[in-house]
Amino acid sequence: MPAPLLRVDGLEVALASTGATIIEEVSLSLEPGETLGVVGESGSGKSVLALTVMGLLPRALARTRGNIQLGGDELTTLSPDAWRDRRGRDMAMIFQEPMTALNPVMRVGHQVEEVLMNRRGMSAGDARRRATALFERVEIPEPARRLAAFPHELSGGMRQRVMITIALAAEPRLLIADEPTTALDVTIQAQILDLLRDLQKERGLALLLITHDLGVIAEITDRVLVLYAGRVAEVAPARLIFDAPAHPYTRALLASRPALTGPRDRLVSIEGAVPSVGAMPPGCRFAPRCSFAIGPCMTAPPALIACAERHAAACVRVGELG
Amino acid sequence: MTAEAVLDLSHPPSKPFRETLARLLGHRSFVIGGFLVLIVLIIALTADLIAPFDPLRNAARVRLRAPDSVYWFGTDHFGRDILSRVIHGARISLIIGGATVLMTGLFGTLIGAVAGFFRPLDNPIMRLMDALMAFPAILLALTVAAVLGASVVNVIIALSIATAPHTARIVRASVLVIRELEFVEAARALGASEARILLRHVLVNALGPLIVRLTYVFAIAILAEAALSFIGVGPPPPAPSFGNIIANGRDFMVVAPWITIFPGLAIIVTVLGLNLLGDALRDVLDPRMKV
Repeated sequence: MPAPLLRVDGLEVALASTGATIIEEVSLSLEPGETLGVVGESGSGKSVLALTVMGLLPRALARTRGNIQLGGDELTTLSPDAWRDRRGRDMAMIFQEPMTALNPVMRVGHQVEEVLMNRRGMSAGDARRRATALFERVEIPEPARRLAAFPHELSGGMRQRVMITIALAAEPRLLIADEPTTALDVTIQAQILDLLRDLQKERGLALLLITHDLGVIAEITDRVLVLYAGRVAEVAPARLIFDAPAHPYTRALLASRPALTGPRDRLVSIEGAVPSVGAMPPGCRFAPRCSFAIGPCMTAPPALIACAERHAAACVRVGELG
Repeated sequence: MTAEAVLDLSHPPSKPFRETLARLLGHRSFVIGGFLVLIVLIIALTADLIAPFDPLRNAARVRLRAPDSVYWFGTDHFGRDILSRVIHGARISLIIGGATVLMTGLFGTLIGAVAGFFRPLDNPIMRLMDALMAFPAILLALTVAAVLGASVVNVIIALSIATAPHTARIVRASVLVIRELEFVEAARALGASEARILLRHVLVNALGPLIVRLTYVFAIAILAEAALSFIGVGPPPPAPSFGNIIANGRDFMVVAPWITIFPGLAIIVTVLGLNLLGDALRDVLDPRMKV
């Protein structure tokens, strides 16, 4: 087993004002060439996790505990400038909204070339040639001409390809994709996911894919981390998440997917709502909504319990429910 | 039409500046305003060639002469040709307007950008700007000009101090919106420095409102120059500006109204042209008017 490229250990992020935790005891590891999916509903802390790894937490949030290692180097002790220097070069991020994630008054080619020149020290001519080649690689038709286009002249799918080009221009080893396909229509989603998977295989990239779409998980991830209310509920190989979910929350999530065949019933949903920040239950955070909850669930948050190789769930009843 | 040409139409080549220009040229205010401003600009640039007389030449024999075929705009109490003085006055008035635009543009943008982008500095900077804005601009300019003394440079300094706070406020407002957009976060995720993000990603996107504001600053400066001259703290005589020609004619308003009427008309034409230009630019550059 190769050494992990990214290792997050016991991460805790809290509101700077009240100290209420947004994510707690989140640990994960990601190997080169591996895709880890992070799933969870809105407010589960998946985007905060991504921003923390990038060192881009907004001022209102602060990392209060835990370590982040990239390629063996501890990031959390770096100065803001040193961390900034890692961004783009060692790790890059693509965002959900390709419509707004590109500078509207700068030609897209220029936005790619700027990264190549600033982060890879290329000359203007080399950067232009490299940008053309990259556009070709991400299957943008007529790359030489598209370089001169402004973002508003491109479709959503094209813009997301440009975003991917920009993120990969400086050849990072870790790519964080925060819901990269949510804003795109279904056929384009599939194309973009295929492209991401191909690029990842080609470059041995470690991909941290944040999504709330289980279809995306099934499509390209190797392993899955299920977040619930800021804590890890379950971590498992992608196949096992669908075939043998161990945590009641994961089961409920899977059960609430609409069936493609059979009669169209009402959509199944999970009773209740995610507890709000600062008002978390003392025990398992899912316990109030869990139909399997028993006494111990209410008192202390359960630890991750291994239930198979590389498969663990934070549920006290993991053995008996399996 | 060939198939390729049809394809070209679906993806028009990117010429946003040409596109903007085309929309401006289709805007009536822009055409009229631009025409008026252009005329005044040409007159100011070619003043030495087109002025019929030396604007400073005294001629006792032709004092206070009404407009006729030799002195189209008449003469003042020193016998100086008003037409020549208005033509040369355009030069000084435009220099004052242009320099004020440059200074205000530079400092207003700098102050507004820093306040909007580096949040801890926002409050101290903008409260100072609020204090400056609490004074009526003309009173502020008058005070500064009175303290520094009457000269073209001091008038420019005074008008810049009077107009910069509002400009700073406009830039700050744009920066506050743009800094929260996703492409700024994306640039940060690529390791761009804060200075680079501010210059390359934020300010460039804030140019529209700034250009519109500066067009109005130009007009305000020309009007304010006239007002300062009228009170006696404008560009010092004998060199003519729109304002001090009118100020000279003040005592002869009844017997020789042409001394004040013609430079007054020149001010109207210039300021009207600039305002029309500003309105057109606002219509075209305002993001809400697009799409």
